[in-house]
Order: sequence, then structure tokens, then C-alpha cells
Amino acid sequence: MSVTLDIRLKRANKVYHEGESVAGVVLLVCKEALQHHGVALTMEGLVNLQLSSKSVGVFEAFYNSVKPIQLISSNVEVAKAGKIPAGKTEIPFEFPLSTKGNKVLYETYHGVFVNIQYTLRCDMKRPLLAKDLSRNCEFIVHCQPQKAKVVPTPVHFTITPATLQNARERSLLPKFLVKGHLDATSCVISQPLTGELVVESSEVPVKSIELQLVRVETCGCAEGYARDATEIQNIQIAEGDVCHGLPIPIYMVFPRLFTSPTLETTNFKVEFEVNVVIVLHDDHLITENFPLKLSRV
Amino acid sequence: GCQHNTTNQKSELPSGIIIMALALHPMSSLPTIRLHFGKRLWRSSARSYDTELQRCRPEAALVEFGDYHPLKPIMVTDTKTRHGARKGSTSSSSSSSSSVAPDPLSSMLDGTDPLSMFAAASVIEAPAMSHSDLGRKRKEKEEEAVGPDFETWSSKRGEILARFTTTEKLSINLFMGSDRGKAPSPGSSAVSEKVRTRLEELDDLEEGSQKELLNLSQQEYANRIEELNQSLKEAWASDQKVKALKIVIQCSKLLSDTSVIQFYPSKFVLITDILDTFGRLVYDRIWTMCSDPRPLTDSFTVEDVNDTAKETCLNWFFKIASIRELLPRLYVEAAILKCNRFLNKCGIPETLPRLTAMIRGIGDPLVAAYARAYLCRVGMEVAPHLKDSLNRNFFDLLGTFRQVSSDSVQNQLVLQRVEVPEYLTLYSPAVNWILQCIAYRAPEPLLTEMTERCKKLGNNALLLNSVMRAFRPEFVAARATDFIGMIKDCDEAGFPKHLLFGALGRSLACADPPESERLTILNEAWKVITKVCSPQDYVICAEIWVEFTCRHFSKREVNTVLADVIKHMTPDRAFEDAYPQLQSVIRKILTYFHDFSLLFSMERFLPFLDMFQKDSVRVEVCRSIMDIFIRHQEEPSRDPVILNAMLHICKTMHDSVNALTLEDEKRSLALLIIGFIRMVSFGRDFEQQLSFCVEARATFCNLESVLVQLIHTVNQLAMETSRVMRGNHSRKTAAFVRACAAYSFITIPSLSSIFSRLSLYLLSGQVALANQCLSQADAFLKAAVSLLPEVPRSISVEGKLRSSESFLMDFINNFLATLLVVPDHPEHGVLYLVRGLLNMVQDYTWEDNSDAKVRVYISALPLLAAMSQETYLYSIPKVDSNETLYGGDPKFLSEINKLSETLIGQILDHLKALGRDEVRQQPLAFSLFGVLLAHGDLRNNKLSQLAVNLWNLSHKYGHCETRVSVRTLECMKHQAQQADMTHLSDTVQRLALQSRT
Repeated sequence: MSVTLDIRLKRANKVYHEGESVAGVVLLVCKEALQHHGVALTMEGLVNLQLSSKSVGVFEAFYNSVKPIQLISSNVEVAKAGKIPAGKTEIPFEFPLSTKGNKVLYETYHGVFVNIQYTLRCDMKRPLLAKDLSRNCEFIVHCQPQKAKVVPTPVHFTITPATLQNARERSLLPKFLVKGHLDATSCVISQPLTGELVVESSEVPVKSIELQLVRVETCGCAEGYARDATEIQNIQIAEGDVCHGLPIPIYMVFPRLFTSPTLETTNFKVEFEVNVVIVLHDDHLITENFPLKLSRV
Repeated sequence: GCQHNTTNQKSELPSGIIIMALALHPMSSLPTIRLHFGKRLWRSSARSYDTELQRCRPEAALVEFGDYHPLKPIMVTDTKTRHGARKGSTSSSSSSSSSVAPDPLSSMLDGTDPLSMFAAASVIEAPAMSHSDLGRKRKEKEEEAVGPDFETWSSKRGEILARFTTTEKLSINLFMGSDRGKAPSPGSSAVSEKVRTRLEELDDLEEGSQKELLNLSQQEYANRIEELNQSLKEAWASDQKVKALKIVIQCSKLLSDTSVIQFYPSKFVLITDILDTFGRLVYDRIWTMCSDPRPLTDSFTVEDVNDTAKETCLNWFFKIASIRELLPRLYVEAAILKCNRFLNKCGIPETLPRLTAMIRGIGDPLVAAYARAYLCRVGMEVAPHLKDSLNRNFFDLLGTFRQVSSDSVQNQLVLQRVEVPEYLTLYSPAVNWILQCIAYRAPEPLLTEMTERCKKLGNNALLLNSVMRAFRPEFVAARATDFIGMIKDCDEAGFPKHLLFGALGRSLACADPPESERLTILNEAWKVITKVCSPQDYVICAEIWVEFTCRHFSKREVNTVLADVIKHMTPDRAFEDAYPQLQSVIRKILTYFHDFSLLFSMERFLPFLDMFQKDSVRVEVCRSIMDIFIRHQEEPSRDPVILNAMLHICKTMHDSVNALTLEDEKRSLALLIIGFIRMVSFGRDFEQQLSFCVEARATFCNLESVLVQLIHTVNQLAMETSRVMRGNHSRKTAAFVRACAAYSFITIPSLSSIFSRLSLYLLSGQVALANQCLSQADAFLKAAVSLLPEVPRSISVEGKLRSSESFLMDFINNFLATLLVVPDHPEHGVLYLVRGLLNMVQDYTWEDNSDAKVRVYISALPLLAAMSQETYLYSIPKVDSNETLYGGDPKFLSEINKLSETLIGQILDHLKALGRDEVRQQPLAFSLFGVLLAHGDLRNNKLSQLAVNLWNLSHKYGHCETRVSVRTLECMKHQAQQADMTHLSDTVQRLALQSRT
């Protein structure tokens, strides 16, 4: 006997804010009438933290993994035990998205060591010999717009061999001068990172210029904290020996799910940075780092 | 008249067997015929053709004024105005005095016509519309769409693919999914199920899909790209959207590869095809998502798009925004630019400038130029009114133009062994396209500004070239002198100058520069063109300028140009590689010069034609000349210059015919030559015309239809002579028409088509007869008769083998009709030709089971009947036919009757032999009955009995069409009312009509 169970949210983009209701339908499609012992729907919001092996060693990682932090949880019975008629059955539901006490609903974030995720799970208990059915559905939470206004302040930069910090044998470096600016480092997450960059001169031709978006995740626990920086995405903005003196646009869209407003809690932190990476034809790699503060307005 | 003694024959062959000898044919004889219904049976009915004709004329009956007649005009005599009727409410009173009261047409004439009402109404409403809605709509439309005057990309595609080719080996490098930054992989344990399955799907694709194809020829490369295009469509159709996106990304990545740089423009064409496909697929997909509850209109707004569609669209943009590499990100976003319409109104106006700026990140100037071309192409398609981005692209192109001479480019050229001029031409399609987009309906000042900007840049020949090609020809033509100055200032080492002059010439071919400057322009341009060393480059350029020369100058200048071309193209037989251009030169000259005496008086025209030494090309050129000649030469000509040249050209065409030439080809060549022959006229100088035909016959002997035409021409000439002489030939003209006949007589045997020969013999015989050349006519007809046995039983008609029987029957009937007026030859027997023909018919091997022979006999009976009349039905002026020769001599008549009896006997024998095959028998019997009725004298009892028997035979089995029988009877009854035909009523009595039951 075939039966499918699905959760359909009302909003096509599945984005909800605190205080709103998560509404939708549980959809059941079966060819014949179906006996069941009750259909339940659970909403849960969790922060999963994971320590990187780099910080605590391979084996400890298993034991020391931090307990997930529950942000929200509620449960409702959608249908009492009984029979579902053959065909398509839609059971509407609605969950208020509100927290108890002083808990905050962080924005959905898919990271490496930090994951903030909200799910709806639908379970159908079925009589003997039939497997229970279950269906998960993630929905996305955007945190409330921040009150304070973000005033963009441009950040100018100049990169020459002299401004490099990590260079060995500075004298062997080819001469170059790259100037530019980011329109802001306090960014609105729904708007792109913008700016301009000019290769004023370069002894060795440029091979590539890239924007590297990096997440910096910090997990704290009793034993201390771990801080890891990993790449989210790398966007090439220039390829080959670009025209000198001509401004090249810096433009990057913040990817959904993999970025969230910069977050700082007692247990963990999620921060973002962008690196402007210039690769020269002799494979010299020049990086300029800019910490970002992301927010939602 | 001469008397023919027929007694000899009669005594020797009493039963009516006739022997006759034909000079050209062995003798043959009719077999003995037993007449079962007795001898002396046949007697033709005497006819009075005049009274019959009178009787046949319809009676004129007067139609009274008030009578109804369908052709009688409807006259409106009462013109009461009836405005009420227009509103359709008041009753209309008939105002027509015509006796037919409810005439549907006349009622339309008084203003109630629905069409005129509608037209009247629209006249009133139209101006109101155009002021408000219509005007606005038109304006919107203009903003939205690009008009038909915009040369589309698809028209450029083929040209680019054909022009930018390579023999170098190419490679395609596809790293499916190895793009590290493309899908940000979270690598977390808590990935949702959906994301995980999608990632797994990606992994599957990645495995083994990293491939590098090396050593591809250009064609293989194109095939591979087409395969990718197909797999893109397949992936899309099977809902593998991610795979589709990957294919597109990988393809656009290929555009950053500039190895084998001379192929780059073609590569761009191939790959942007895929991008276009992708853009269309995505757009259509999102479009269909919005089809509920009803499909989107073309002018939909963001509000009409549902959330799911918007979300899908947004997903595409996010996905594309995270593509790691610059070029694919740029191209793919440009490909789906149109999808911005689903998201918000300002999407396209914002994206275009952003993408334009993004191109600045492309270091390679060629790659960047083509990326700009693509962006302009998409921009023109999606938002042609956003001119700013187009301009921005061009200004950025100018801004980065110095990159062309940068070290990285120069090193690459050295490495690939590509010369700078060749390299620069690689830019042309892209720059042309950008400028074409800018120039489309652009105001004059903008174009002037663009030109000025190009002028300021060093090494600007490339840009200049594109400006001339892309801007309106009128714009360029008006400034032609300026442009020539700019071209002169260009660097010699850069962009090839002949291309610049070519571009200028192309503009001047369709727009006219100020009249005062034209000669200077031509001189200046030709000064440079004539210095071009490579014959190939030279001829391309010269070919373009021929048009300008022809357009504005006389034959003297064109002749000079031709001389220059000949001078350049003759050394080392350079013309061999330039036939297309040289042909085009001829075509252009022919477009402007339709006066052939002028054309052929151009000294260098024929020498120019001599350069076409390859047979196929030469014939093609001759064809095009002939084609123009036939179409534009209005009056027949006798101009020796034209005739000689055209004869030469036609001879060239004729001489190209050989055993391998296709029938179609022959036919079309022959048509052209015939067209020429028909245009030749020496007016009253008939002798010269004839000698032209003699010459033409010698020249065009291989094309049969031309010979046929020549015979027709000569026959016509003879008739024309007769017309001029009003039928009375002088000694001189008589000799001339005999010469004409001689011409035909010796030409006809050379034709291979037997039916052409037969009909021409007949026709020429008729012409000879009309010109009183009796012996010639006799010879023609004899020749025709003696040719008959050679007619094959089947002939090829349009490639299919068909029985010749019906053609032969037609000919014989036609021939018989002519024989009525042909007088008997004094040295041969009575009805010499008729007998000869019948003998041939008798001996001819007809098809098995065919009644053709008997049918001929049946149709010969009316001829014999007509011959026995006192006055013949028709005659030829100034030719005495047998009626005059024999003057109704009873011997002559009895000879005719005997012959008729023999024929009837044969027919009856055949009918008997058919026995029970009534399907064949009955129609024949009925035919014979018809002939007896029409031509036999039924007062004769035997004959009348025979007719009754035949009628009964043909109705015996009921295969006859009753309708025909009934009408025959009616006709007979009608005839019986005539005074001298009363005997028919007796016969009618005896003809029983079989009832249908």
C-alpha cells in the first residue's frame, strides 16, 4: 500500500520571522483508505555545535561534541488515530513562531562548526506490520531587522609590496600598486558587497583577482574555545592581465543560508571576513583581509 | 486542271486494292477486302457548308425592356433617399424598376451596404483612437521591440563561421563539477535531506566527467559543441537543472581560452548559441510556472508573477552569483538577463550597467570585446531602449583599446604566429556588432561623437572599419571625403587598408555621397585600391567599388575600372581564385547597364569575360548576361555589336553542352539562346535574317530546341514575306520563300525527336503551301509520311516512358485535315498522299490489342467525304486544291468512294474480329455510326441499313451511354426537319433506344 506524506509550507520561500506563524498543510496521498494511530507534527529549532579536530584532536571530538542548544520546540497532534480516506488529504496546521523566556531565535545558518536550523517533522504512527512514516521539512528563520541604522562607511585600501605583512624576502617581490575601496564593511546581508579596485601598476602581469568570503566560527565550552576560519565562496572579479588604471568593480552577493548576520552569543560566535586575493602570473599570492559585520535591516 | 487517269489502277486491282509508290518508302499495299454488304455502297452526302454555318448561328432574340434577363443591367430609376434604412429600423420600400423585385445586389447599392457602413464609422473613430491609445501604444512598442531594419545576429552568424576558420587543432576542456567554489559546500552533518541528495547528484556527475578533448579539427569542435547543446536540452528535459547549468558554465569557460586565436570569433558564435538556448529554457520554464490561472501576457508585470516562480527565478540568480569564475558568471547571467522581468521592474536597467562594468575585469582584450558584443546582443533583445549600456560598452572598449598592443597580447601573437593585421580583423565582428547596436536609430550627433572618439585614438583603423560598417550608409556617405582622409592617416602596419576601403565602398554602394565629391572619392579610393598587392585582397575591394562606379558614372569610368581589374587579375592567372568576385562584378554592371549596345561598346567588357576560363563559371556568367538581356532588351535588335557579342556568349553556352550535360541544364540553356534568337530582327531585310538563321544553325547544332526555334523563325519569315507581298510573290520573293523551305527541309532531319520532326514537316509543309511552293510542300508531307514507320511505340515524356499512340493519332488527324487542301501531284496517282498515309498506317506495327489503326480509318472517312464535295470547306489562297483540279470529275469521286468502301470494309472486318470483346467493339461501332450519319448519304438504303446495324451493334450490350444515344437521336430528328434531310426520319424510326431496364 503506497502512501506519501509531505509537508507544504504556505510561503514559497519558507522564510519566517519571530512572532509570525508557520503555516502550511500536511499532505497525505494514498490509493486506498489508510488506518493509522495518529499523525503528529513537531517544530524544532536547534543550534548544533561541533569542535573541529584541529582544536581538540580526533578522538576527543567525538566525546566532547557540544550538546545542541534548543531554541524552540513544540508539538501538536494533527490527526487522532483513525482512518484516512483514499486520495489526497490536506490537513492544515499553524505554529506560532515565538520563544519562551528570554531565548532568541537566531537566524538560520548552515556553517561548518555551527549550524542553526529549524525543522518541521511530521510523524505518522501506523498499526502493526506497517512502518511508521516520517517527513522532515526545513524552514528558514530570518531574525528581526536590527534597530540601529547602518551607515555605510567606505574603506579604502592600497596594496603594495610594502604594505604586506607576511612576506618573506620582500626585496624579491615584483613591484605593484593596487588601490581600491569597499563601499562598506558593515554590510546588509541582503545587499551585495560592493566596491572598486584599480591595478595602477604591476611589474608582473596579474593572473587573477578574487574575492574570498570566509566564515569565522567560534565554539566555546568548558574546556576552552575553538575558532576556525573556512572559505564559503571564492568569486573571481578579474581574469588575466587587466587594463591598468581602469577601475574594476568589486561585487559579491552574500549566499543565502551560508551567511547570516554576524552573531555573538555566550556559547558560540559566527563572524565573516572577505579577502581580496591578487594572484600574479608568477603565482605570487597577495591577500588583503577585511572583517565584515553583516546585519539584516 | 490536270486530268488523272485512274483506269489503269482500277483494271489491275478491281477489288479496290491500291498500289502506290512513294519515293522515300518501299511500296506497300492494302489487302483484299470482302465487302459483305455489297459494292458501290458508299456515297458521301453532299454538303453545303455555307447554309450549315448559317443554321448553326444562334438566333438573335430581342429582349423586351421589362423582361427578365440575367445579363440585363439593373437600373435604378427611382432614387428615393432612404436614410432611415441605415439605422435598420424603418422598413425599406423597393425602388428598383427591374422586373425581378428582390434583387439581392441592387438592394446593396443604396447605402445599406454593411461594409460601407463600417468604413464610414471607422473614418469617424480612427482619429480619436490615434490621438490617445494608439499613439501611446505605438510609442511603447517602439521602445520594446527592435524593428525589421535591425540586422539580427542570426544573419551574422553564418558569415562569421565561414570567415573565421582554422586548420589548427583545437581542444575542449570540460571539468564537470570540479569548480571548487561553485556550490558552497557546508560539509556539515546537519544538512537537510534535500540538499544532501542534490549534492550526491552532483558527485555522480563529477565522476569521470572531467574530460579533455584534444586534437579536434574545426568541424569536430563544432560537432562537440553541438553535442553539448543537445545534452543541455536533454538534461533540461529530464529535469536535471544542475547538470544543465554545469554544461553552460563549462561552455562559457571555453571562451576564456584564446589558443588558436583565429578561430575565436567562430567559437564565440558556437558557444553563445548554447547560452541562448539556456536563457530561453530558463525563461520559458519560469514563464510556464506562471501559467496558472491563465498564461502571462507579453506585457506582464511583476505583480502577475506568483511566489513560486519568483523564488525559482531568485534561486537561479543566487546560484549564478556564486559561480567562481568571472567569465562564466558574466555570460550565464547575461544569458538569463530577461528573467529579471519576473523579479522586479528595475532588474534589467540595473543589471546591464553592472555586467558592463564587470567586463573590465577581463584582461584579454579580444575576450572582453566579445563579452561586450554578447552583452549588447542580449541587451538589444531584452531592452533595446537602454542605450546607455551600449554606449558604456563602447566607451569602455575605447578605454581599454590600448590593451591590444600590450605585452601579453603581443607575446601571445608571437607564440601563435599570428600577424597583427590578421589579429585585428578578429575584432571586427564584435566591434561591428556593438556599433551596429549603438547606431540603430541613433541620433546623428551621437554618431558624430563616436566617430570623433575613434579618430582620437591611435591605431584606430579597426574602429574606423567598424564605424563605416555599422553606421547608416547615408551617414558614412555624407562624410565620405572625411573618411577617406581618416583612412589615409591610418597606420600602415595595422588593420588592412583594403578592408577599410571595402567598408567605405559598401556604404557608398547603398547611399550616395554629395554629387560634387563623387569623382574625387572614386579617384582617391581607386588610387589606394590599385596599389593593393595581393590579387585576392584587391579583387574583394574592387568588386565592392564597381557598384559605386556603375551607380554614378558612365561607361568610360566603368571601362577604366574593368581594365584595372583585368590588369591585376591576369598575371599568374590570379583570376582563377577570384571567380565569385569577378562574377559579382559582372552582376553589378548588369544591374546598372541594361543598354546592351552601350555595354558591348565598352572595350574591356569582352576581355573581362575572357577571364572566366573555368567552363562552369563561364557558362554561369553567360547565363546571367543572357538572363538580363532577355529581361531588359525591349526591342528586337540588328545592331552588329550586340549580335556578335551575344552570338559569342550564346556560343559559349552552347559549347558547354556535352554528353554529360543534364536535360534540365540543356533546356535552360536552350531557353536563353532561344530568347536571344527571338530578339534578333533585321526588319525588312529578310535575307539577312535568313542568313543569320543559317549561321545560328551552324553555331547551335547541339541544342535541338534551338534548331526547332530556328525552323519556326524561318517559317515565320516566309509567312512574313507573304504578308508583305500581300500573298503575291514576285520572282525574287518566291525564290526567297523556297530558300526558307529548303532551310527547313534540310534542318528537320537533324532533329532527334521524331515528333518534332513530324510536326515541323507538317508545319513547314503548310507554310510552303501557303507560299505556293507546291513541290516543296509535297516533299515535306511525303517526308512526314515516310517518317511514320519510324515512330517508336513508346517515347520518353518528362523522363517517363509512355505509349506514343495518342501522340501519333493526334498527328495523323492533324495531317489528314491538311491533306484536304493539298492538290494531287501531277505525276502521281489520285489521292497519292492519302493513300500513302493509309498504307503507312496499315503497315505500322501498332500496339497489340489496339484499335488505333481502325480509328485512323474511321477518321479518314470524313476527309474523303470532304474531298468529294463540290466546294471544299477551306482552301488556301492562290492554291488550287483538288476541287478545282478535278472539278468534281466522276472518276475522281468514284476513286474516293472506292477508297472509302475499302476503309469501311477494313473497319467492319476489325469489328467482326473483335467478336465478343464488346468493350472495344461498341465504341468503335458507334464512332463509325457517327461518321456515317454525318458524312454518308443515308438515302442509300445499304448505307442506311449499315448505320442501323452499327447502331444496334453498339447498343447490343448496353455499354453505350444512354445520354449520348438520346442526344444523337434528338439531333437526327432535328436534322430530319431540314428540307433535304427528310430521309433521316425513316432511319430514326429504325433506331431503337435500349431501355435502361
